[in-house]
Amino acid sequence: MTEPRAAQRSTGSTGTGEQGAGDITQEMRGVGPTAMGRGHVPPAGRSVGPLERVLRLRRDAGRKLVVPYVTAGVVDGWLDVVRAVVAAGADAVEVGLPFSDPIMDGPTIQQASLVALQRGMTPAMGVAELARADVGVPIVVMTYYNLVFRSGERRFARTLAASGVAGAIVPDLPLEESEGWRAEAGAAGVDDVLLVAPSTPDDRIRRICEACRGFVYGVGVMGVTGERAQLADSARQVARRVRAVTDLPVCVGVGITTPEQAADVCQDADGVVVGSALVRRLLDGGGPDAAAELVAGIREALD
Amino acid sequence: MSDTRRTPPTLGVGPDVSTRTSNADARAGVMGEPGVGGRFGRFGGRYVPESLVPACVELESAFRLAWSDPSFHAELDGILHSYGGRPTPVTECARLSAQIGVRLLLKREDLTHTGSHKLNNVVGQALLARRMGKQRLVAETGAGQHGVASATAAALFGMTCTVYMGEVDVERQALNVFRMELLGAEVRPVGSGSRTLKDAVNEALRDWVATVADTHYCLGSVMGPHPYPWMVRELQRVVGDEAREQCRVLLDGKDPDIVVACVGGGSNAAGTFAGFADTDAELVGVEAAGGSAVGNGIPGVLHGMASLLLQDEAGQILEAESISAGLDYPGIGPEHAYLADIGRARYEHAGDDEVLAAFQLLARTEGIIPAFESAHALAWVVREAGRAIPHGSTVLVTLSGRGDKDVAQARELLR
Ligand SMILES: Cc1ncc(COP(=O)(O)O)c(C=O)c1O
Repeated sequence: MTEPRAAQRSTGSTGTGEQGAGDITQEMRGVGPTAMGRGHVPPAGRSVGPLERVLRLRRDAGRKLVVPYVTAGVVDGWLDVVRAVVAAGADAVEVGLPFSDPIMDGPTIQQASLVALQRGMTPAMGVAELARADVGVPIVVMTYYNLVFRSGERRFARTLAASGVAGAIVPDLPLEESEGWRAEAGAAGVDDVLLVAPSTPDDRIRRICEACRGFVYGVGVMGVTGERAQLADSARQVARRVRAVTDLPVCVGVGITTPEQAADVCQDADGVVVGSALVRRLLDGGGPDAAAELVAGIREALD
Repeated sequence: MSDTRRTPPTLGVGPDVSTRTSNADARAGVMGEPGVGGRFGRFGGRYVPESLVPACVELESAFRLAWSDPSFHAELDGILHSYGGRPTPVTECARLSAQIGVRLLLKREDLTHTGSHKLNNVVGQALLARRMGKQRLVAETGAGQHGVASATAAALFGMTCTVYMGEVDVERQALNVFRMELLGAEVRPVGSGSRTLKDAVNEALRDWVATVADTHYCLGSVMGPHPYPWMVRELQRVVGDEAREQCRVLLDGKDPDIVVACVGGGSNAAGTFAGFADTDAELVGVEAAGGSAVGNGIPGVLHGMASLLLQDEAGQILEAESISAGLDYPGIGPEHAYLADIGRARYEHAGDDEVLAAFQLLARTEGIIPAFESAHALAWVVREAGRAIPHGSTVLVTLSGRGDKDVAQARELLR
């Protein structure tokens, strides 16, 4: 992996990485500029990490949340892509640590994972690079459970925390299997983001939301990640069903491809996760600018 | 199973199974219902994306209901009898026994309709799918035998069927691809990863995530998320239950000294072992040397289950390698990992060359051409006769399938 090149950080007007870092530090303390008026606090007795704090503040300030996804190591200078999407208006960034058998991912992210693995990316390297990157918004790591299990839940959680990673998404670790991991992540100060699917019954949504930290990941469509021409009806439905039982921020991902779809789903959701549409641009040879352009378009559609 | 055969629990059995003092300890209660959440000791579980959790829960309750319903058993047994050809015989191998110095018996799953044990599982799952109102089956296949069985059941029940098969396997099992198509199934080649069984499972799971409302995932072995490892073992236990009774007739009421089966995911072995778990018979599973999850695996989580897996330092899954497509899998069913843990079964392996030799040996001495997969179990017996297997022992081998599908590949390899 090469060192990130600052010169590529060209898109957007929200300023430099240094300023971004200042923003998040303030927000994490709860005194940020977006904490205007509503002053919503999470229910007492819940420990809340920096991911949830930042997203709640921004959501409560009336901002829709944009969470782009980038596979670690998919291109040289992938951290520049992360910085570029932050500059283009991302509120958090989901970083995928590539796994050999990504069963929740469609062809685009499968390909990105394969490319990243062939380029030598490992979970330890990805996290170490994140530790050196000062991107200015919370980072959420997304990976499959075997990588967590192999490293050891406690060690994995502590490594994430020590590297400044604010949250984790482990899509093949459902509620019943995640107790140990959630405890370790919580102890380390990492928010464990759980998923709610269109197939999840209401009483189960409630239990998932009680255990979830950071934000609730609403799976927009029954299926794996990948671009879709149409927004599925299930995308807004899942957001509504989650919102009915929790005040955690709700971001919908899987199948969100265009700014129009993002705006559509955000009539019910607090934000969107955009993965394959962004990663495809990188696989097609686009760099940070191409990624930033997509994110800026979504930002614009939501503001 | 009657309780009179069970050895009473012995005092002093601690949780540390490695210090067990007798076989009886390891036998008590083995191969019953798994623990909460589908646990076999530290293995098993249900590691699936949230989208699939409700379907696994639904399947578990449908299976529980059906399995305690005599009318379900009556229908299943009826089909396996009048359509599948059960019971399959146990065959004495007089000539090969004389040659290797052990008394060799074969449980003849090669004589089941479609040519392998896979039909036992598939008919059961298709009946369950029908009970759940699902009209489409999706399946993964390695050697093609499970795909053929799934396509067969779909045809029998008027369902549609999609089979995922790695590109490498599509090539080496071309005849089975055509058989599936003849039976009306759609075969989708999988070009990702190692392009073998592991990747076919990935793709079947991805299909299921998108189609779960009207589709049943007809998983072909004792692997995957709860309830599959338990359910598939129960659907395959007919192999072991029949064999046990048949052996008792042949052996004056006694059980074989050693019971051997090949292990890919481990369904024919689990079904066989289930019939002998509470006897004194030694249980031996034989993996492909290039896919030996018990020999070389490390605990991990893949395809919905915690088990032993071939993986690297970071937890990336490694590719298995074997001439037999059906054993080309980097993991093993969680219950086998558990049986290895507690010492109730042991797991050995056989290499491609000795497998090919055993394949020919059985053909020439007994007039039976075995599947490459089944030839692994035979290869271990041939190699270990007079060594790990004392001369004069009685050995039951489950011949999981017939070798027709492998004849073209054998021809290439032997040229
Ligand atoms: C004839 C035969 N035996 C064995 C296997 C391996 O499966 P399992 O270990 O589940 O019995 C296969 C799989 O394709 C097979 O076709």
